[in-house]
Amino acid sequence: MSGNLAGTAGRLRRAGSSALASRPSALPPNVRQALSRLGWTVVSVGLFVGLWELAWLLGIADARLLPPPHIFLGNIPDQARFFNTATRWQIGVDAAAGPSPYEAVGITVAATAGRVFAGLAIAAVLSVTVGVLVRYFALFEKLTLPTITLLSPVSPIAWLPVAIFIFGIGNAPAIFMVVVALFFHMVLSTVSQIDGVNRNFINVGRTMGATKRQIYARVIIPAILPQMLIVLRLNLFGAWMVVLVAESTGVGFGLGQVIMLARNTFNPSLVFFTIALIGLLGFLTDWLLRQVQRRILYWVPQTTGVLRGL
Amino acid sequence: MVCRGVSKTWAAGTARAHEALRDVDLDVAPGEFVVLLGPSGCGKSTLLYLIAGLEEATGGAIRSFRDAVDRPSPDRSLIFQETSLFPWLSVWQNVAFGLSIRGAPEEERRNVAREALARVGLAEAMHKRPDELSGGMRQRVAVARALAMRPKVLLMDEPFAALDVQTRAKMQDFLLDVWRDSGASVLFVTHHIDEAVALADRVVVFTARPGRIKSIVPVDLPRPRDPFSPECAHLRARLTGELRGEVDRAFAEQEALAGAA
Repeated sequence: MSGNLAGTAGRLRRAGSSALASRPSALPPNVRQALSRLGWTVVSVGLFVGLWELAWLLGIADARLLPPPHIFLGNIPDQARFFNTATRWQIGVDAAAGPSPYEAVGITVAATAGRVFAGLAIAAVLSVTVGVLVRYFALFEKLTLPTITLLSPVSPIAWLPVAIFIFGIGNAPAIFMVVVALFFHMVLSTVSQIDGVNRNFINVGRTMGATKRQIYARVIIPAILPQMLIVLRLNLFGAWMVVLVAESTGVGFGLGQVIMLARNTFNPSLVFFTIALIGLLGFLTDWLLRQVQRRILYWVPQTTGVLRGL
Repeated sequence: MVCRGVSKTWAAGTARAHEALRDVDLDVAPGEFVVLLGPSGCGKSTLLYLIAGLEEATGGAIRSFRDAVDRPSPDRSLIFQETSLFPWLSVWQNVAFGLSIRGAPEEERRNVAREALARVGLAEAMHKRPDELSGGMRQRVAVARALAMRPKVLLMDEPFAALDVQTRAKMQDFLLDVWRDSGASVLFVTHHIDEAVALADRVVVFTARPGRIKSIVPVDLPRPRDPFSPECAHLRARLTGELRGEVDRAFAEQEALAGAA
């Protein structure tokens, strides 16, 4: 599919410039495309960084409050010191003991990412299941949908105390926060996806003699899958946001805890360093999910090429 | 296939109720090719859905080989105007969908799909995906999917309406071949007079809403028919005459509705 798209793009480019077409290219089109995308990402981020650095040069951005990237990224080992895993904060443990600063960053990042994915996976499975049940059983809908609708606008922050009451401190409350932040509106979105399934698909199933269960399993669920994966991708960012809130209340270790530490010790460099890290992680996980999407949903046409043509 | 006094009112009992069909009597003999012709919105598609068992009639009775129609059945396969192939299945899996619903083993499904695709001239496309096919090919796959169920009646709801004129003519020839091979009856909905002339054993002309049968025109011309022959021209003129008043009425009614809304 990507090869196809690249082919179209290639044709368009050739149509635009015959000089380009005559130049032989050593790289296959999809590699070239990936490189070009990467290049533009660097340019986009570079532009932002450049403006910030300029503001610093002109004295608009105070380095004590808004340290520009060359400062907060300049001394990574120094920043990494603060990424303590729980053992090193324990009383009686030597501050130099335990993992090295870089290992600590790795452990922290892995812990947070693990919570994000655990929460996302649980929320996805739960909400699609509940959403399908809502449409499958009328009674189930009557019993649950009003409550789900009622709870979906509640900010995840409001669930934080509940998370701590129930789960105490550790991974569980952070994962719970992610799940609770995504679950309700993903249920509503599942229900609306089911309602939007092409009537003809369902009628085909019916004329073929499919039972209700077969229609749900063989027609409706595959039909809503593409949109559900997009919903999941959009909620991935939500999950990254919520996990930080959950971690800032003290789950042992995590990026949220580092942010809180930076706040309490008035360390803007550490804040921005962590923000940069989170941005990078969010970017990478989104890319990962996009790859998954492309593998699973081979039948969904990619329309960006059409929009580019406008 | 027997319809007696079939009526359908949508949203019956509410303020938005409107009558789509009134007192339709229609018999279709086994192996007969019947075209339902009428202005758009006259309820001819509704009749097809009722016969398919996808909707319930508000009055009258429909029987298919002495069984009352009360639910969909693979005996009465409906082919839709838009493509209705599942994009997540390959072509052969689409064709064999009905068999897999019945739990047929893979071997049998493949064989039936291969055979049905061969009958529509698409044996090569077995392992393609629907989005790799043209509109005409997709409709042929949809026909193959219906044939795979060995239906007694093929119900077709303007199946070629979305195709260009040349493809449409090809598809009509192809459909006649398939129909002769399969021995099934065909109920074919269209608003195209040329299509009715090219295909039908009998043309059933509908009135504007609520749809009633205005007239039934038998067509005793041998196939393949030359659309430029005097007989076809005569038939076309007759159907055009039958339809003209109804189209005007349908138009007036739609304008009145738009004015009221």
